[in-house]
Amino acid sequence: MANNISRRDLFKASGATALGLGVASLISACGSGSGSDAAISGKTLKVGLMGPYSGDVAQYGLAVRNGAKLYVKQFNKKGGTKSGKKISLVVQDEKGDATEAVNVYQKMVEDNVVGIIGDVTSTPSIAVAQESVNDNMPLVTASATAADFIKYGKNAFRACYTDPYQGKLMADFAKKQGYKTVCTIYNSGGDYEKGVNDAFVKEAKKKGLAVATQESYSQGDVDFKAQLANIIAKKPDAVLSPNYYQDDGKIVTQARELGYKGVFLGADGWANIVGGDEDYASGKDLEGCFYDTSFVSANDDERVQQFIKDYKAEYKSDPTNFCALGYDAAKILLTAVDKVDKAGAKDYEDFKQKVIDTIAKDKIEGVTGTIKFAGTGDPVKSTLIIGFKDGKEYIETTM
Amino acid sequence: MEELKNEEKPIITAGAPKGSRPRKTISVGKRYIINTVLVVLFLAIGDMMVGQGIITRYQTSVLEQVGIYIIMAVSLNIATGYLGQLPLGHAGFMSVGGYSCAIFIMRMMPAFGVTMRDFVLGTPAASLLFVIGLVFGGICAAICGVIIGIPALRLKGDYLAIITLGFAEIIRVVMLNIDGVVGFELTGGAKGLTGIPSYTNFLNTFVVVVISLFLIHTMMKSRHGRAILSIRDNEIAAEASGVNTTYYKTLAFVVSAFFAGIGGGLYAGCIGVMAPAKFGFMKSIEILVMVVLGGMGSMLGSVLSATFLTILPEALRAFADYRMVVYAVVLILVMIFRPQGLLGTYDFSLGNVLEKIANREFPWKKSASAEEVE
Repeated sequence: MANNISRRDLFKASGATALGLGVASLISACGSGSGSDAAISGKTLKVGLMGPYSGDVAQYGLAVRNGAKLYVKQFNKKGGTKSGKKISLVVQDEKGDATEAVNVYQKMVEDNVVGIIGDVTSTPSIAVAQESVNDNMPLVTASATAADFIKYGKNAFRACYTDPYQGKLMADFAKKQGYKTVCTIYNSGGDYEKGVNDAFVKEAKKKGLAVATQESYSQGDVDFKAQLANIIAKKPDAVLSPNYYQDDGKIVTQARELGYKGVFLGADGWANIVGGDEDYASGKDLEGCFYDTSFVSANDDERVQQFIKDYKAEYKSDPTNFCALGYDAAKILLTAVDKVDKAGAKDYEDFKQKVIDTIAKDKIEGVTGTIKFAGTGDPVKSTLIIGFKDGKEYIETTM
Repeated sequence: MEELKNEEKPIITAGAPKGSRPRKTISVGKRYIINTVLVVLFLAIGDMMVGQGIITRYQTSVLEQVGIYIIMAVSLNIATGYLGQLPLGHAGFMSVGGYSCAIFIMRMMPAFGVTMRDFVLGTPAASLLFVIGLVFGGICAAICGVIIGIPALRLKGDYLAIITLGFAEIIRVVMLNIDGVVGFELTGGAKGLTGIPSYTNFLNTFVVVVISLFLIHTMMKSRHGRAILSIRDNEIAAEASGVNTTYYKTLAFVVSAFFAGIGGGLYAGCIGVMAPAKFGFMKSIEILVMVVLGGMGSMLGSVLSATFLTILPEALRAFADYRMVVYAVVLILVMIFRPQGLLGTYDFSLGNVLEKIANREFPWKKSASAEEVE
């Protein structure tokens, strides 16, 4: 009996603790939130930063967060805005889930942020973009490549380029290289992979290239030999593998094991296939492959090298494409916020509108190239084609 | 959150025996009136608070999700708690309902002359479209329920779990690839269905919740409900006493799917984006966890645990990285100390509670009351 009672008491105690924690955090959550116009007159300006920091796609969210935080830190170190206001980041995790992303967005609106850096992956970003139109909230994503993201209003911008753009670009490149027959292998469960693949195939056909086969696999597959055997049977000049680097690494390695000697083409998901946290394919296997990206450590541009140095000093690791895009997204938003703060705005709503207008006509010298917005939220920027030679990445050409 | 508890209707207490001595009773009619008044009061006060901004937009958004998960948990409870089966494909029905409701509403907007803005304003045409869309979503999910239920319910226990899991996976893959088959853009494939008008708000979500709870409750109190409960308690005995077990099992399963479809329809309007990846195995498990945590067979349990588990991760946001750990710890503690779920099969009935108070039957007077029937 005694045992029974103690269990019950423990249960009650744990229940009470959980309830107490919940109530405490609810109260703390309700505590904030006052007049919205105070948001632009105080000593600090709040900027939202959202992304997946836990869950399946956390690696991208964390990389973007590192980049964005680095820029904000540098910005504040220089003394903040020209009128001396500091930027305080409101950072929230959305676990890569559209439902949580919408909640996080609502919370940030209540916090009276003057703009949001986010979201990171496509579906939650679209959900946030749809919501944000009603509030006219400036939204700069580092990495949401889905075409729809900017469709809903003039308030959404991206620092990266879109899936269709990359697909088209790689088709252009394939034509230029003189390939005659191409095949593709892509993850049919991913919007990014499918987006690039479809655009590539469409453009390649238009350009007169023969697309011999399009092989697809499912999210989480690790064995691609069946699809690769079909591809090799068609004897292609090049194979497009527009997936994320973990999959691409396996695809390339397995294709070489099956005796494929030709070229692989990739999109910016390839960034970090070598030289990142681990090598996903050997340099020998990657010899002669190409992918497009906006950021690469091998770029000896002065800004890029400075960024790499700063990043290494801050985080003791090498920056990836996502880090650089996060850095640029923060730069795009904060540059505009700075300008609007200097010029002055009537109230909170006016401030947000002016930030949107400023971003739309601004030109940012980012670490992922010069970013300009020509009437839409899609950036006009140069793209690097990266090749592999002797196990090292080099810039083949700029397109 | 206080109001949420009051919206409960009197619900089945599975076979709790009552003494037969004369006592004051409240007639069924009066019970309905009391409950209706409380529900209307709850909705009116809630809607007023949302309108006034006392409940903020963030809180409203979370509350809408609470409502959606209440429908999901209570509908799954029909199949797990009342019918006693273990389907693992509830997210599949949710996605069928969500997609069909959203696609129907989006395609029918021009025919009804409704714009995106009308949903926010709540014009009659928009409300009508909302209702038709939800029912359409529910019916599509129910049709899938029939297709899946007839073969699946020939099996029991783990086998049923696996087969429903498989069917939910089929639904997900169909949503992913149907565009290529039909030849035009229907679900949007992997990139998801975007641009869904936000046709849900606090009021209509909770009206749908109340109606769903009422319908499920009345069904379970009826002849059909008792037949379903008898199958759970002993299938062979039920069949021997003339209950058409195949029919009632399928019925429970289809009703469960129908309400899951309704929940999915609300979800689509609440989030504005549907992506197949979100309706995988984990979503089904999430809903099942709500039902098990609340107590299988307890409608109040499902409502409370759906509310609790939806709010918990949001309420713990202040603890950032630790919140998912706390969520897991809460689940583990409950399962260790209360494996039958928070409420077991107990169900709350406001009428019964009032009756007890009228008869001065307080729990502290007689310690061996009917509180714990295990």
